[in-house]
Amino acid sequence: MSFVLVQVIVGGLLLGAVYALFSSGLTLVWGMMNVVNFAHGDFVMLGMYVAYVVYTLLGGGPLLGAPLATLVLATLGVVVYFGLIRDVMKGPMLAQILGTFGLALLLRYSVFWWFGANFLSLPENLVGGTFDVFGIRIQASRLLAGVVALLVTWGLHLLLTRTTLGSRMLAVAEDSTAAQLMGIRPDTMQAIAWAIAAGATGLAGALIATFFYVVPTVGETLGIVAFVTVSLGGFGSVPGALVAGLLIGVIESLSGYLIGAVYKDMVVYTLFLGFLWFRPQGLMGKT
Amino acid sequence: MRRALWLSVALALIVAYPLLFSTPFQQRLGALVLLYAIAASAWNIIGGYAGQVSVGHVVFFGCGAYAAMGAYAHFALSPLFGIPAGIVFSVLIAAVIGVPTLRLSGHYFSMATIAVAELARLIVTNTEYLGAGVGLSGPTVPRNVFDLSFISSLPYYYLFLATLLITLGITWWMTRSRMGFYLRAIKDSERAARSLGAPASRTKLYAYMLSAGLTSVAGALYAMMFGFVDPESGLGILISVKILIMAALGGAGLLFGPLVGAAILVPLEEISNNLLGGKGAGLTFVVYGAIIVLIARFQPGGILALLNRLWAKRATPSKEAAAQEPVHAP
Repeated sequence: MSFVLVQVIVGGLLLGAVYALFSSGLTLVWGMMNVVNFAHGDFVMLGMYVAYVVYTLLGGGPLLGAPLATLVLATLGVVVYFGLIRDVMKGPMLAQILGTFGLALLLRYSVFWWFGANFLSLPENLVGGTFDVFGIRIQASRLLAGVVALLVTWGLHLLLTRTTLGSRMLAVAEDSTAAQLMGIRPDTMQAIAWAIAAGATGLAGALIATFFYVVPTVGETLGIVAFVTVSLGGFGSVPGALVAGLLIGVIESLSGYLIGAVYKDMVVYTLFLGFLWFRPQGLMGKT
Repeated sequence: MRRALWLSVALALIVAYPLLFSTPFQQRLGALVLLYAIAASAWNIIGGYAGQVSVGHVVFFGCGAYAAMGAYAHFALSPLFGIPAGIVFSVLIAAVIGVPTLRLSGHYFSMATIAVAELARLIVTNTEYLGAGVGLSGPTVPRNVFDLSFISSLPYYYLFLATLLITLGITWWMTRSRMGFYLRAIKDSERAARSLGAPASRTKLYAYMLSAGLTSVAGALYAMMFGFVDPESGLGILISVKILIMAALGGAGLLFGPLVGAAILVPLEEISNNLLGGKGAGLTFVVYGAIIVLIARFQPGGILALLNRLWAKRATPSKEAAAQEPVHAP
């Protein structure tokens, strides 16, 4: 019994690491330019489909699929920034939310139209095998996804806090006019932020595509998961997203195991509303 | 004066439409335009006038639809009796979403609306009392006229038209009231409005509750016309999308914007569905997504705002001439 429970918690932590990875992209963009990307979950979905195409049609493995999905999505992020976000940022709130919400629909239904509404599944043996650690069985695909996601999220945190690029981005986030006076180009920094944020979703999508259900509408669920994670972790905070992502992964797994699989999303969404009521600044946020 | 004349001509044309275009397809199309115009006009109160973008308005639509069908399915009452219940539930849900989020920045509100809509869909899909995945049906054979179950779309057309006029009347009255002035001030600058003593959170909450109640009426009417409701047709995200895009395309924050948006998009969707069949469903929403992105990027005010601007540009020189004329007159 307790072994099963531990196994459920470990599974939740591994999935939660992937949640943390793509949510850190959302929190980065939100914290830096006060834009919430309503297409964020659909970026992850797109990453899954890029990986799916690489795995099935091109016959490549995760070693090819993950970097390619990251690259494709990062490029998309830059295109979206220059084509849409840069202009709607200056507009009213309506334009901001409509812009990314419309983008979400565009991506979701383009994929729906092209690939159909069916659930796709990847070959089981892509990242095959299970490990047995002290009697706890862990699928190799989940272990790979969780560990890579954890490392990359941590790397993202280091990038933002320890490097010159990170300092420049934080300077733009703090005050873009002042940053400009110091010789930093806000436009370039914000485009880089979009590349990083979208690249993270691409990587996350490729990582979970090996064991998650691949379907065009998965972006809506994952998008809400990202919202929950970011509001739990406090907006703009990558470590916050990491802790919140892991927590949500565990809560989801536990409620799936203890109450029933159909209720796990309900628990997470209810949690979100509870947080908005009682602690909208997040777990680690300041008032 | 000229505005009143134009409005009466437009209203006369709308009243005469189902008599001029009398095939069942055309009448049904007209009824659907009015139905979506009701929902989009209701969205306009919170999304357009208050500037708070709800992307989960379907939850109120579903409340109305399920209340109307539930009144018949569980209590053998006319679906009409479900309407008040639907309004009460919708206003309560609006309070649950609105009280915490309307104090925060607009992003939180939008995120909460999408989460609540998805939560409602999941709960209803797993609730046996509400028909779970199958949904609830209305009366198959009408027992009397109050079941509002007609084969022809004509009675629905006039029922929807009356409801739309009431909705627009309430909206117009709201914009002229103190609440309308508060909303305009809040939309321009919430901080400035608050500093002058406008109760910003409360005003937005009232607008949201009003919008929710009216949207639920649209949902109830929808369920009566189609005779059933299931999680996809009553609570699917695509209904939210339609409501949102019609208001935004026509002109968010303008009284007749949603009606114009509905008059453009409903026929477009019906035609594309007829031409492309099942395959068209995905494509329609690709186009919807593209339209929303383009509006946001180039014309956040929608079509009516664009027309108003062009009109003003054309009218300005003549207005100046008119203003100058009395000076030259003896």
